[in-house]
Order: sequence, then C-alpha cells, then structure tokens
Amino acid sequence: MSALLEVEGLTKHFQVRRGLLGRATGLVRAVDSVSFTIDVGATLGVVGESGCGKTTTSKLVLGLERPTAGTIRFGGENVLTLGRTGLRRYRRAVQAVFQDPYASLDPRMRVGTIIAEPLVINERMDATARRRRVHELLDLVSLPARAADLYPHEFSGGQRQRVAIARALALSPRLVVLDEPVSALDVSIRAQILNLLRDLQARLGVSYLFIAHDLAAVAHMSHAIAVMYLGQIVERGPADAVALEPRHPYTQALFAAALPIDFDSPREEITLAGEVPSPLNPPSGCRFHPRCPHAMPRCATEEPVFRPAAGRLVACHLY
Amino acid sequence: MPPPVVDVRDLRTHIVTRWGTVKAVDGVSFALAEGETLGLVGESGSGKSMTCLSLVRLVPRPAARILGGQVMLDGDDLLARSEREMQAIRGRQIAMILQDPMSSLNPVFSIGMQMREPVALYHRLRGRALTARAAELLAAVRIPSPRERLCAFPHQLSGGMRQRVVGAMAIAAPPRLLIADEPTTSLDLTIQSQYLGLLRELQRQHRFALIFVTHNLGIVARMCDRVAVMYAGRIVEMGPVRRLFTRPAHPYTRALLDSIPRLGARRERLTAIEGQPPDLSRLPAGCAFAPRCPSVMERCRVEAPPETVVEAGHVTRCWLETPTSGGAPA
Repeated sequence: MSALLEVEGLTKHFQVRRGLLGRATGLVRAVDSVSFTIDVGATLGVVGESGCGKTTTSKLVLGLERPTAGTIRFGGENVLTLGRTGLRRYRRAVQAVFQDPYASLDPRMRVGTIIAEPLVINERMDATARRRRVHELLDLVSLPARAADLYPHEFSGGQRQRVAIARALALSPRLVVLDEPVSALDVSIRAQILNLLRDLQARLGVSYLFIAHDLAAVAHMSHAIAVMYLGQIVERGPADAVALEPRHPYTQALFAAALPIDFDSPREEITLAGEVPSPLNPPSGCRFHPRCPHAMPRCATEEPVFRPAAGRLVACHLY
Repeated sequence: MPPPVVDVRDLRTHIVTRWGTVKAVDGVSFALAEGETLGLVGESGSGKSMTCLSLVRLVPRPAARILGGQVMLDGDDLLARSEREMQAIRGRQIAMILQDPMSSLNPVFSIGMQMREPVALYHRLRGRALTARAAELLAAVRIPSPRERLCAFPHQLSGGMRQRVVGAMAIAAPPRLLIADEPTTSLDLTIQSQYLGLLRELQRQHRFALIFVTHNLGIVARMCDRVAVMYAGRIVEMGPVRRLFTRPAHPYTRALLDSIPRLGARRERLTAIEGQPPDLSRLPAGCAFAPRCPSVMERCRVEAPPETVVEAGHVTRCWLETPTSGGAPA
C-alpha cells in the first residue's frame, strides 16, 4: 500500500497570554513532534484522553491550524508550502465528520442544500447534475431520496450523522477525518454507523483518520493505531498488535480501563494513580513517568526515543 | 434473604406533552438488598433517568407525574410521604451522583461551604468539628490535602476531583441507597477507572444499595451484581449480570450485546440493530421492540408480553419466553 498522508515531526505550540497587554506567560505544547502515515484506503485510529492533542492533530491535518514545526505531505506533496490553488485542491480532498450531528448541520437548511453546499462552492455543476449527485450521495449513506427536502430536525441522531457523512463525501475526498463520529449516538445506532463507514471505505477506497475514546470501536475500525499522551505519540503500530498486546505502560493502562464485557477474557486491572498533568508544564523526561507503574530513575531525566519493539514503535525506556 | 432496602413495585410516571402522553416509566418493578448493585441500562429515552428521578420524587412537574406504584425504602412507601418528609429523605437516605459534577456544585461557593451544609444537617456538627468532618469526607474519596481543598472553588478542580467532591457529599449521611446516573461519562478513561474503584470501596464500607445508570455495558460487567435492561419505559429483561450477558433471553439485550465492538474479536461487520429508537409518544401496540426485533411474531404486534421468569432471579418480557406461546417467528 502506498502512503496517502505522511506527517513528520508535527508540532503545534500555543502561547498563553495574560493581562491587558497580552504578555506571553506560558507555552502549551499541544502537539509535540508527532509523526505518522496513513495509507491509501486505510484507517489510522488515534486514541488518548482529553487534552492529549488528538483534536489539535486533526485540525492541523485539516488545515484549520498552521503547525509551529513539522511537515505534512499528502500524495507526496508538501501541504504547508502549497499556494492558493494547491491548498484549495487539498481541502477538497480532505473532509471531516464531527461528533455532534446536532451542531454540525445548519437547522435552517434542507438536507439537500446541506449536502449540495460543497458542490456549489467547488464544482461547476448545473442544478440537475447537482440534484442527481445529492441523490447518489443519499443513496450511498442509505437515506431515501426524499430526505433531501427535509430539515435536520426531522431526523434522528443516527440519520443526521448519515447526512454529515454524505456531505463529507460530496467532493469524493481521499481522506476523511472522523472526530468521535459515534460518541453522541445511541448505543443501538453506533454499530449501524460504524458498519456504514467501513462499507464506504471498501467501496470508495477512502482513508480515515479516526479519533475516538471508545477503544474497542477504534480497534475494530482501524488498520493502525496511534496512542497519544500529553501531545506526543507514545505507541504506534498495527491495530491488533497495539490493542491486544500493548507495550507502553500507558497503552496497557488505557486498554485495561476499556472494560471488556466478556467475563472470561483474562485482563489485569491496572489503575493509574493521579491525573493527566497540565500540558502547560509537562513533566521532565518521559511525560508519563509520574503516573507510570514501571517508572525508573532515568525516566525522570531522559526523554525516551521512539523505537521499534515487537512489531510497533514505542517511546519507553523499558524497550 | 435479607429484606430489601429498596422495593419498587409497578412504578408509573407519565409526561404530558403537546403531542400526547409519554409513558416514560411504565410499570417498573425491582428490589435491591443492602450492599447490592443494580445496573440500569438502555438508550436515551428508555426511562432510566426518569425512573431514578421518580424514586426521589423529583420528576419535572407539572408535565411529569408519578401516576402509580410503590417505592418502598426499608418498608416505608415514599410515594405516600409529604413533600416536607421527602426533603429529609433526599440526601440523607437516598443520595445521587449525576453525570456532570459542574451542575451539581455551585460555582460561587467554596467546596468547604458546600460540604459543610449537608454534614451540619445530618450530624448536627458546628465549628471546628464540622470542618474536620468535611475534610475527613474529602480524604475518604482520596482527595489529596483535603483541608486546603475545602477553600478551593469548583472551577479550580479537575473533572475527576469535582466528581469526587460530589461523591463525598453523597456519602456524608451515609445513605441507604445511592443512585449514580452516568457518573463517569464525563471523565477520562483512566480517571473513570479510578472512580469506579472508589465507588466500590465506599459501597463495601457503607453497605448502601447502589443503582448504577449507564449505557456502557463494560461498566455494568465490572460494577454490578444484577442488571435491568430498559426499553421504552419498561424493564424488558433483568437478572444476574453474568447470566444476562452470557445467555440473554430478550432479543433486544442480545442485539445490544452483539452490536458492541469487542477487543480481540475482530469481525468485518458488527451486527447492527436495524431501525431507530422508538418515538415514545407514538409507541406501537404490543411490544415496543417489535418493529426492530429480528424474531418478531404476529402476536408481538398486538399484545404486550407479560413478565416471564426464565430462571430464578432472571425475568424478561418477551413472547418467545412465555411458556404458552411458542410458534415459529413470522
């Protein structure tokens, strides 16, 4: 498989300003030297707790924020040096579906207009062709053609998320960023949407950047998983390797906390002490060391390097 | 068997709306013993939260009204109590922990002010002894340096800490029944794991009965002794957690368990539940799950199934399990 998106050393720092003059008083290292690739037609799952930088990473990929450092290559092309037309092309090829379909759809627009909007902006299409494309997209997400004439409030949460997916697919993107696409939906509806997303990937060959805190869902959907902690990736590799035999102590704790419903799966309970430290003032050395059950003296002073171990990459002094 | 702490019988709470009457809680019955945990699961609108609010008689009035049934707490029917008597019961005998700690805490008062209020009321303490007891409670929920925290305001604490403070207030009495309505939904995974451990420890100490409302079946597996699955205002299946998860009797429970992605069991497709959750003001005649049920029969669409005992302690509402019915799926 060839790489679609290659992210290298991606970094985003935010200045914290205080007072009337806006003096810089601190630096939040929201994303700190993050690297990953997403293959054509594959899914990268990103997991981590709130504040770990998942959403900032997705914003950087979507071009909604400019990175402080690092490169993003899309189809071999450096995205950060693209001119206006190049950037326009990139933004067409990379679309997003957000968590809350109640917030992401304009309540005063009909569903047909919502889905057609990207076409109006980006494609020179006459009204008939546009209507045909909207019906095609509705069919793709298993909604009836008459849905085009209705308003978002006439749909349930799951159906709304289908509309949001149809809109994201309108311009035939090559990468879709899915930021918690099922978290806001009812349990009985989640499987429908996850199945739909997988079917669409098989049919259209689209790649996904899948961000979620439901670890089992991420493991189910992804080909590769990246685990983030305080702005850094601590473990990254094939989904099965990371989910079933996690190596980094944080990944182990995270997947132990995911609470399987199978009674007979032998899983140790690892409960981490303490809370996630502030990204304003991350711990020295390995950022996870104050909470790590295996912490050694060198963890407090020396930042671990990302290196291969057991078929994946881990940033931990244990390996 | 010891007498139950809580015994709810045929509880019915209806909400009158412009579009019709919603039977939010429609004949719910269950009992809980001391130190026992009942998981209440179901999707939004299934009546989980409304059942909990009915127990403490805090349903949003005038739209919602408790129409019938009994809520027995240690043999005493709460539905027959006056509003004044209820005020003395809430917090002291039945405590609640809700999903969002920020909405349970007052942002303009310090933690100490808010902690002292219930403690003073329940234990008639004042002054230094009161502060000491409040700090003790914070220490019991493992908040570091509790005395300093008493001076802090809710916004200065993290989400996990805030939920601990709410927990500390809940056990101030300590109560006979604790109702936890999605207490960890707003917390991060590793923090959630800590909090669940804490709740179990507090329960071991104080022996309260615990009703745990959640839609996360993994939490139910870890926390609960028994589980009640709600659908459209009714308990469609109830029994010991292990039994229900390994041999579910109701098609909805089975479908719910099948639709959840599991670690390790990598399948190409999940078994999705077709259709949408029901519109409660326009429920079908018969079984509410019938329109989405894979094993629906003629009879399901006409007549609501009665509660049937599958095995001692395991009940369900499904025609498939009713001894007299039988017959092939339509």
